[in-house]
Amino acid sequence: MSATAETAIENTHSDEHHGPAKGIARWLFTTNHKDIGSMYLWFSFIMFLLGGCMALTIRAELFQPGLQLIEPEFFNQMTTLHGLIMVFGAVMPAFVGLANWMIPLMVGAPDMALPRMNNWSFWILPFAFSLLVSTLFMEGGAPNFGWTFYAPLSTTYAPDTVTYFIFGVHMMGISSIMGAINVIATILNMRAPGMTLMKMPLFVWTWLITAFLLIAVMPVLAGVVTMMLMDVHFGTSFFNAAGGGDPVLFQHIFWFFGHPEVYIMILPAFGVVSQIIPTFSRKPLFGYHSMVYAVGSIAILSFIVWAHHMFTVGMPLFGELFFMYATMLIAVPTGVKVFNWIATMFRGSLTFETPMLFSIAFVVLFTIGGFSGLMLAIAPSDFQYHDTYFVVAHFHYVLVPGAIFGIFAAVYYWLPKWCGRMYSEALGKWHFWLSFVGMNLAFFPMHFLGLAGMPRRIPDYALQFADFNQISTVGAFMFGSTQLLFLYLVIKAIRSGEPATDQVWESAEGLEWTIPSPAPYHTFSTPPEVK
Amino acid sequence: MEHKKTVAKLLLAVVGMFGFGFALVPLYDVFCDITGINGKTKGRYELSDAQNMTVDEARLVRVQFTTSNNESMPWEFRPVVSEIKVHPGKLMSVDFYAKNPTSRNMVAQAVPSLSPSQGIDYFHKTECFCFNQQALGPGEEVLMPLRFVVDKALPKELKVLTLSYTLFDQPVVSEVEMEQGTFNLQIAAH
Repeated sequence: MSATAETAIENTHSDEHHGPAKGIARWLFTTNHKDIGSMYLWFSFIMFLLGGCMALTIRAELFQPGLQLIEPEFFNQMTTLHGLIMVFGAVMPAFVGLANWMIPLMVGAPDMALPRMNNWSFWILPFAFSLLVSTLFMEGGAPNFGWTFYAPLSTTYAPDTVTYFIFGVHMMGISSIMGAINVIATILNMRAPGMTLMKMPLFVWTWLITAFLLIAVMPVLAGVVTMMLMDVHFGTSFFNAAGGGDPVLFQHIFWFFGHPEVYIMILPAFGVVSQIIPTFSRKPLFGYHSMVYAVGSIAILSFIVWAHHMFTVGMPLFGELFFMYATMLIAVPTGVKVFNWIATMFRGSLTFETPMLFSIAFVVLFTIGGFSGLMLAIAPSDFQYHDTYFVVAHFHYVLVPGAIFGIFAAVYYWLPKWCGRMYSEALGKWHFWLSFVGMNLAFFPMHFLGLAGMPRRIPDYALQFADFNQISTVGAFMFGSTQLLFLYLVIKAIRSGEPATDQVWESAEGLEWTIPSPAPYHTFSTPPEVK
Repeated sequence: MEHKKTVAKLLLAVVGMFGFGFALVPLYDVFCDITGINGKTKGRYELSDAQNMTVDEARLVRVQFTTSNNESMPWEFRPVVSEIKVHPGKLMSVDFYAKNPTSRNMVAQAVPSLSPSQGIDYFHKTECFCFNQQALGPGEEVLMPLRFVVDKALPKELKVLTLSYTLFDQPVVSEVEMEQGTFNLQIAAH
C-alpha cells in the first residue's frame, strides 16, 4: 500500500519537473504562466511598433501644412487604428503579460489559477488584431471614425469594414475578461500561506483592482459595439434619432466604459513604480496602506466621472458641475500617490539604474499629464480645449510617460529575473534619455498647439501651427526610432548579457527575488512561507 | 474547488455588466424624462384636460417654431407661421407645411425638441404630426397639424418657448421596416 502511494507521489513529482515542450507546440499549447507572459509581452511590442508606424505616418503628414503624403481618408484610418492598436494591442496586453509573469511569482503561486483559459485568452488576441488590421486592405478601407467610434460616424456613415472592427473588439473584450478572471482567481485563491491581502506587493494590489475594473467595463464595451452592430445590420435605432434613439446615448455608454478604461491602463503602472522606487531608494514604500486605499478610491471614482469627456454635448449646468467636481476629486488620491513616491525617495540612498530613471520620469511626467487633465476637468474652459491638440497632449502625457514608461521600467526591472541575464546599463540609459527627450519634444508642443486652437484628427492645418508641428514630428521620429534600440538591447541581453544574480538588485524585496535567475520553468511548487 | 466559485461569481458579474450596458438605454430615457434634460417633449396630452384648463388672459408667452431637415432629407418642411403669442391655458392650433419634391414615395418622421428644457413639463401637445409618420407620394404636399396648450403653471421667468422639429427620412420598403415604423411610433408617442 505505502509503496504504491510513494510511487504515485514520485510520478506526480517527475511530471512537474518536465521542461517545456519543443518547437512551436510549446507556444501554441502552453499553459505555463511564464511562457504566456512572454508571448503577451512580445505580442504587445509588435503591436507597439505597428501602432507606432501609424503614429509616424500621422506625424509625417503633419510635418508641413497642406496635404503631402496621404489622403485625408487614409489619415483618418491611421488615427483610428493607431488609437485602437495602442490601447487594446500594446498597453493592455503588455500589462497582462507582466501580470502573468509576475503575479504568481509575487504571491508564491505555482501558476495562474486557470492555465488553459490563460492560453486561450492570449491566442484570441492575434486573431482579433488580424481581423482589425486586415481592414486596411479591404475595399472601403479601415475604420475611420476615431478610436472613440462615436455614432453616427461609426453607424450611419461607417465604412463596411465596421463589422470587422466590431467583431475584433468583441474578441479583445473576451480576451481581457478571461485575463481579468484569471488574475482575480489567482490573487484571491492562490496566495502563499501567511500572505494576507495587506501584505501583497503593490503591483499585485493594483492588478487586482484593475482586474475588477476590467470585469465591470469590458462587458459594457461589448454591449455598445453590439448595439452598433444591430443599428448597422438589423435596423434597430439605439443611436439613430430618426428611429427614436439618441447619438448622445452612445457617448454616455462609451465613456462609461472609456473612463475606467484609462485607469485600467495606468493602475498597473502605478504598481510597477511602487515596486521600483523603494528598491532604488533603499527604503520601504512610504504609506503602503494609503497607496492601497488611493488605488481603490481612484477605481471607484472612475465610474462617476465619465461625462467630463462630453461637456460640450449640451448637458445641464448641474451635470457639468457634478462631473467637474467629481473629476477634480480624483486628483486627491492621485496626489496621495505622487506624494508617497516622492516621500519614499526623500532621504533615500538613491541610485539611478534604468528602471529607476523610467520610474522617476514616470512620476514627473505623469504629474504633468495629471495637471493638464485638471485643466480639462474645468467645465467652462473645456469648451475651449475640447477636441483640440491640448487633449491629445494631455492623454499622450498620461499614456506614454505614464503607461508605457511604466512598462519599460517593469521590463528593465524584471528582465534579469526572466532571462537570467543583465541588460546593458549603458544602452538602457541611452534608451531612456532618447525616449525622454523624444517624447517631450513630440508631445509638449501639442499643449501650445491646442491652446492656440489647432483641432485634433485633421490632416492639414493653418500656417501658424507649422513650427510646433515640425518640432513635434522630429520628436516623434526620435522617440519611435529609439524603440528599435530597446528591441536590440533586450535581444542582446537575452543572448549574451552578463549572468544575473538571484537577488539581481541590491535591496529588492519580495518573493520573486528568492527564486533563481533565470526563473525555473516551474516555481513555488511547494508554497513558500510568508512571515 | 475554490476557483470554480470565484469564476462563477465573476462570470455572473460579467453577464450582469453586459446587461447593465443595455439597461442604460431605457435608464437614459427614463432619466431624461424625469429631469427633462434632453429637450424631448412629452407624449400626447389628453384633449379634455387641455379644454378644461382655465385661460390666463393676463399673460402672453411667445412660442417659436423652427424646422430643419436631417442631412439627406430632400423634403420642403417649414412652419406656416414661425411665431405666435399665446395665453397659457388656451388650446392653440398651428400647421406645418411639407412637400415631397422627389419622384418617389417617401415616409418621414419628425422629431421634436423644446428649448429651454425647463419648459418641457409645461408644453402639452394634444395632437402632433410627430406622433405619426408622414407618407407622401411624388410631388405631394400636406399641411400637418399641431395642437398644443401651454400650462398655466409655466414658470414666470419663461417668456419664450422654442419648438424645433427635425425631419428624418424613413426608408420603408419591406415589412420588417414597417414594423420598425410602428415601433418608432410608440417611442414618439411616449
